[in-house]
Order: sequence, then structure tokens, then C-alpha cells
Amino acid sequence: MNITYLDNNATTRTAPEVVEKMLPFYTEYYGNPSSMYGFAGYVAKKLAEARIKTAQLIGASAEEIVFTSCGTESDSTAIYAALQSYPHKKHILTTRVEHPAVKSLCEHLSAKKGYRVTFVPVDGKGFLDLDYLYDHITDDTAIVSVMWANNETGVIFPVEDIARVVKKRGAVFHTDAVQAVGKIPMNLADTDIDMLSLSGHKLHAPKGAGALYIRKGTKFAPFLIGGHQEKGRRGGTENTASIVGLGKACELAGERIEEENTRVRALRDKLETEILKQVPHTVINGDIHNRLPNTTSIGFEYVEGESILLMLNELGICASSGSACTSGSLEPSHVLRALGVPFTIAHGSIRFSLSVYNSDADIDFVIEQLPPIIEKLRMISPFRAQENQT
Amino acid sequence: MWDYTDKVKEHFLNPRNVGVIEDANGVGEVGSIACGDALKLTLKVDDNNRITDAGFQTFGCASAIASSSALTEMVKGLTLDEASEITNDDIAEFLGGLPREKIHCSVMGREALEKAIRDYRGEGEKEIDGEIVCECFGVTDKEIETIVKENGLTRVEDVTNYIKAGGGCGKCHEGIEGILRAHWGEEPPPMKKPAYMTNLQKIKLIEETLEREIQPSLKQDGGNIELVDVDGDRVMVKLLGTCSSCSLSQVTLKDYVEKKLRELVSGDLTVEEVS
Ligand SMILES: Cc1ncc(COP(=O)(O)O)c(C=O)c1O
Repeated sequence: MNITYLDNNATTRTAPEVVEKMLPFYTEYYGNPSSMYGFAGYVAKKLAEARIKTAQLIGASAEEIVFTSCGTESDSTAIYAALQSYPHKKHILTTRVEHPAVKSLCEHLSAKKGYRVTFVPVDGKGFLDLDYLYDHITDDTAIVSVMWANNETGVIFPVEDIARVVKKRGAVFHTDAVQAVGKIPMNLADTDIDMLSLSGHKLHAPKGAGALYIRKGTKFAPFLIGGHQEKGRRGGTENTASIVGLGKACELAGERIEEENTRVRALRDKLETEILKQVPHTVINGDIHNRLPNTTSIGFEYVEGESILLMLNELGICASSGSACTSGSLEPSHVLRALGVPFTIAHGSIRFSLSVYNSDADIDFVIEQLPPIIEKLRMISPFRAQENQT
Repeated sequence: MWDYTDKVKEHFLNPRNVGVIEDANGVGEVGSIACGDALKLTLKVDDNNRITDAGFQTFGCASAIASSSALTEMVKGLTLDEASEITNDDIAEFLGGLPREKIHCSVMGREALEKAIRDYRGEGEKEIDGEIVCECFGVTDKEIETIVKENGLTRVEDVTNYIKAGGGCGKCHEGIEGILRAHWGEEPPPMKKPAYMTNLQKIKLIEETLEREIQPSLKQDGGNIELVDVDGDRVMVKLLGTCSSCSLSQVTLKDYVEKKLRELVSGDLTVEEVS
């Protein structure tokens, strides 16, 4: 069966160009980049190149990049670093719609480690309540962590503006930009952002490589304590092949960011418009303007997300749901609930996330297949029937 | 990925008896959109109290739809007395089993059937029996008691898997624990090791096991143990009271605490003492 992959916010296809660059590091270039001989020196050189390419994509300098294993590690490293650097400060400020990589960590720090955590609410369009955020920065605030773009709705937060205010108020500003890097042009040198997390597998690099940007001069403490790798900022022998892949993927992302924002955006818009047109009682979750170009979260009333996904799965279409049923918990996604999306819609919300590897044919296929699926499930649903009677 | 049997998938993709029976004389409705699933069951019962036709409408996940479809197939041709005997286990079994988190789908089927039969017999709505414990899903203490008794449930999480109570905001966990304690008394049945756990479930189970199985016996000897942290499969504990100075503390830790945790939580755990 052909796979129609529209779940790129979950993970992406490793670009063939990336794989090609990686393979020699699994075969001939297996040296440890910390070793002294020339054989390993080549690996160290390629690592340095990857660092430059990664820095270039986000407008940073190479020394400001620490390679990690994933976005989650970058997030944990950033938050623990700030807490350890300012041990007298006991307050963390973040949002209600963060990925679990930040949310669960903050909940843990609050429940088990004695930190006070404030979760800033969002409105119905998914926008942050900035007044609330600014009102809650205090002298006790060690770190403010706000994602750049939301993984479920794609809604973008004004992190550059927030960083400016946070800096003036004397706290560290971190952003989880795992979904934003490669889709939103950024130049960190011009901002007040202190730390930024990115993850390779969301931008066509392999799983197992991520990075944390640490602005020069930012107080830091390592999360993994060990050898002097990454200038003592992250112990552990580098995942050389994946990091080389990440470097190549960042280079490609820089070249393709334009296409993301034109062709991919147009495909996303076409999918969304056609589905809204063909399927009644359907809404888009989150603001439709201030949004990643590749993401759409569509809520179908009267049907449940997991059923939709399973029927799409029969056709090889991959998407994800904001519904709880797939995750084992019974409440719908915390993001959709934070937006105040009613239960009738939250339970039936599906996220499609595209990439440059998607074609017109992919989108046309979904536009053709999805409406009858919703229709079939609504035929089964008692709520739709009730509505017809009135 | 979905952990569904082929039979569940087949009933989901090709559900039987979808719709409302026109001249139904027994109707049972359970659930709501807020809950994430709902089922309307309609039955046609003849003069001999035999179910001649059944139809369903379901809002919910694949296993909710499959359970409803299975239920209609199972009840057709049965007398009402025979149908009343159907349990949620029977529905799950008909489908070749359901994942643990989806058992509430089969419970929903049984509840709808019970309601439809009451409706036919003119017994009206069963009075809301007892007091609401779980506000999120509107579950009463009596309902929780019944499900605990019928299925031998021992943990809040199991109650959630069966009738959802406790699956929302979590405020009622203490109430559910109270019901479990009231039912099992001071001597709960031996705990069974679950097949699969999330990290959070694992940590909770470690806490529970320490509290229920390990602390009481250490306390008898004037000692105690405290959970400090769990990191993957590493369980970090602090020994207190006489345990901390006991020359046999390492033996206690490995031969008793670790053994117990491995037996009741996960075979991969290692226990370390931290100060
Ligand atoms: C916003 C956001 N942050 C963090 C992560 C976690 O990244 P990783 O899977 O690389 O740990 C994800 C991945 O889903 C994400 O979407």
C-alpha cells in the first residue's frame, strides 16, 4: 500500500541527501572525534561543519550550539541549566500548551522538587495571554519557557517580543522551537532569546540528534555530566553520524524554507479549504493566519478522532488526533482543552502536518477519501442523527 | 499503533446493525459527547420476550463501535433473560479481547443493554443509585462498587479502564481509593503485575507497593523506607529508623525490597540506597 504521510509534526522522513552523508560515518569514519590521530580528526572536522550549518539555519554562531540526542533533552537541559544557575530562584513561567517535553518536566519540578510553576493560558485562537505572562514575571522567576510554535495547532507565539521583556526583567528566556526551526526564518543574533531547543527528526534529519542553542554569556550547567565533549556542556561521545545528518538537514532546510512557506503552505490551504467545503460541521482549531505553513488541526463534530485515524490508516494515510483515545487517557488533548475547544469538536480533531515531500496527489487523495469517512462515521453516530430530527 | 484484534477491526470497518430500529420497543442510551463515547441501542422484542432485531448508533473510538456491533449480533435471537446474562467480558471475548484501556467500551455495551431491557419491561430509568464520585464522567459510588466487585478490581487505574471514573481531572482518586478500601478491607488481594505500564503508572505502582507491601513489615521491626526518586528502572530509596543502622540493611534492600518490587512491579527494577 502507498503511504500518504501527513504526520510531519510527529516525525519526518530522513532526506535521502542526509542519509547519503551519514552512511560513511557508520562504516569507514568510525573514529571518536575526541581522539588525537588524524583518522579521528576527519570526524571532528565534519562535526564542526555540522555545527556551523546548524548555527546558520537559526542565525547563531557555531560555539552557541550544543548537540544533544533530541528535543526533549534540549528542553530538559535548558530548564535545569537555568534552575542550577540561579539556585535561589524558585519560580518557572511557561504555558498551558507546551509539549510534554516541557509540560511534564515543569509538573514534575512543581510536584516533587518544590518549584512554583505558572502556566500561562491561551485564548480560543490559541494566542497567549501576554499580559498574564508579563504580570507573573517576578524576581523569583528563574526561567520563562515558551514554545515558538505549537505542535498540535501550529499557532506561532511572539517569542522575540516576549524574550525582550523577559530579558529586561532579569529572567532567562528559553524557547522550544522544535516545530518552528526550518519553517520560520529566524536570526537569533538579533533577538534576546537565551536558549532554544531544536530536534533533528522534525526537519528531515535522523532520530537521535538535536541541538540546544545557548547564547554566548548565558549561565549554564550541563545536564549530562561527563567528558569534555561539547566544551563540557554535554558529556558523552557524540552521535557522529546523526549529527552530520543534522548538519546536512539544516543546510537543506535553509534552502527549502521558501518552499515550505509557498508550495507546502498552498497544499495545506487547499486541503483545509476543500475539507471545510465538503464536510459540514467542521472547524479549524487555532488561528488560521498566525500559524506554521504545514499544519492544520481540523475538528469534525459528532465523530471521534481515533475512528477517523483508523479508517485513514486502512488507506495508508498517516495523520494524528487530538483525541485522548489513542493516548490511553480519556481527556482530549491538553492543547485543545486550553483553547477551550468544545468536547464535541475536541474528540473529533485530526492534525495533518505536511512537508516538502508531499505532492498535489497526496492532498487530492485525502480530499477524495476523507469526506466519505466522516460521512460513514456520522451515519453511525447518535448525535448526528439527533440533529437531523430537529 | 492500535492493539486491536482482527475481529475488532472487522466489526469496526463493517459494523453490523447500524441505525435505529423503526418499531423498537426497548431503547437504551448511555454516555455523552463530553465523555468521548456514547451508545444508543434499540431492540425489537416479540411477544415471547425474544429479541428479534437490534440496532445501534455509536459515537466513539474503533473499539466502541466494534463493541456495539458485536453486542447487537450477540443479542439477536436471545430471550431477554438470556440477554441479561451478557457481561462486558462476554462482549470483549466475542471480539477476541480488547486492550486494557478500552474495556470501558464493552462496559458501555452492557449498560446500554441493561437500560434497553429495563425500558422494554417498563421498569423505567434505574434510579441514580448512590452518590456521584467522579464528576467528570458522572459515575456514582454504587456503580464503582459494582464494577469492583464483579471484576475484582484493586486499583484506581483499573476502575478508570472499566468505567472511566477517575480518568478526567483526577480529583476523585481519593474517593475511589476509599471505595476500594471499603470493599477489600485492610487485606487487599495480592497485587498482580500488569503487563505493560507507562512511566507514570510504574512510579505509582512502586509507591503503592512500598506503601502496601513493604513498609508495614519494615515498621514491625521499627524501621521504614522512603521513595526518593525513580529513574527508568532505578528505584532510589532511603532506609529510615532501625533499618538505616542495621548491618543487614543491604540484605533487606536486595533480598526483600528489590525482590518484592521485581515481583509486583517489573522484573527489570534495581533498588539503590541513597542518602
Ligand atoms: C514542540 C515539541 N517539543 C519537543 C518535542 C520532543 O522532541 P523529541 O521527540 O526530539 O524529543 C516535540 C516532538 O513531538 C515537539 O513537537
